[in-house]
Amino acid sequence: MGRIVHTTNAVAAKIVALVVLLLTALAAHAETAMVRNCTWCHGGSAQGYPPAPRLAGQRATYIYQQLASFAHHTRDAPFSRQYMWSAAGTLSPTTAHALSVYFANLPPRSANDGNRTLVPLGEVIYQRGMPEENIAACVACHGPNGEGIGTIPRLGGLDYPYLKRRLEQWAEGYHGALDHPMPHIATQLSRDQIEELASYLSFLK
Amino acid sequence: MKLHRSPRLRPVGAGSLRLALLALALSMPDARAEERSSKARGDVQAKLDYCKDCHGRAAQGFHGYFPIPRLAGQQPEYLKNQLQAFIEHRRTNNIMFNVAHSLSPTMIDALAADFRQMNPPPLGGGTRHLAAAGQKIFQNGAPEANIAACAACHGPEAQGSGEIPRLAGQLSDYTFNKLINWSKERGQNPTEPDISAVMSPVAHSLTRTQVEAIAAYLSYLK
Repeated sequence: MGRIVHTTNAVAAKIVALVVLLLTALAAHAETAMVRNCTWCHGGSAQGYPPAPRLAGQRATYIYQQLASFAHHTRDAPFSRQYMWSAAGTLSPTTAHALSVYFANLPPRSANDGNRTLVPLGEVIYQRGMPEENIAACVACHGPNGEGIGTIPRLGGLDYPYLKRRLEQWAEGYHGALDHPMPHIATQLSRDQIEELASYLSFLK
Repeated sequence: MKLHRSPRLRPVGAGSLRLALLALALSMPDARAEERSSKARGDVQAKLDYCKDCHGRAAQGFHGYFPIPRLAGQQPEYLKNQLQAFIEHRRTNNIMFNVAHSLSPTMIDALAADFRQMNPPPLGGGTRHLAAAGQKIFQNGAPEANIAACAACHGPEAQGSGEIPRLAGQLSDYTFNKLINWSKERGQNPTEPDISAVMSPVAHSLTRTQVEAIAAYLSYLK
């Protein structure tokens, strides 16, 4: 009798395990499909594929907030309109959150694609600012290694063309999010300073 | 007595040209002065916008990688002393050392006066359930630890006075970090002892929880 009960329990446990495995596989498949939707443009390991920026290692809260700003059309540069408005518009908050956390946990690699000779100049702007020209030090918000925090993005190691375009676009009137200091700061930067900063950041780890 | 009828004033002929030239000559420095003062106002506005890039659009403070303090409503004397402290290495902060170096005394006066006038609502954000305990320490001190009431110097409303800062509405993580690191950041130049010495014993006597409580109370205070 005891043996039969034991066998029944074992069978039941096996069935439960099988069902759990099947559901997990289904969920994993669904997640893989969603992730593939992103990595199609952002690169197979989400390291960026210009003009699509690296997502690996980006701050989860920042990714989530940016997905919302694409969906609400507040982030409105040409590529945002063309690709991200529709991509982000269909995501549920749960999915957007899951994707943000997934990409934030991937290890980032530096693009290293800027102009190496401009790195020391970019470093001075980033770490010290240009007080005489009313240019704030980037380090105060983005951190000593460009790591970012919360809604403030990681900049270290992003690719040069993306960094350059974002800095240019604020001065051209495109918005990333409402009520934050970057449009004003970016407007103070000269062409040369933008190239110096983008070069420095592309090599930062 | 009619002063405007001075007999020496010749209203016609060659004199009128001379007068016109004189008037022009006198008016020119005025125009230049006006231009200078409007440029100065423009420079102050540009510098103010630069300060607000980090300290918040209404100078209410900002949570960057580091907590960036609220400057709105701050005591002008305190702001001036702190900017001087950055320059003299009495207070350590690499970013503000560079910023302070770029400011002339006239500019500092103008900025300090502008920040004094601002009054945005506090950002809050401190640990809410500790705020009541913080209020108690702020108003009455902690006698068992020989800690004087903060209100004794900073005022019952935490508005500060002279070189003693306003604390009302300050970012809780900023207040917390400053108190925990007091003796590593303030009074760093032994040849220039300053008012920060007053806070050292207090900062050392408070526990982390007490600091968190005081910071929470202040973060909601208007």
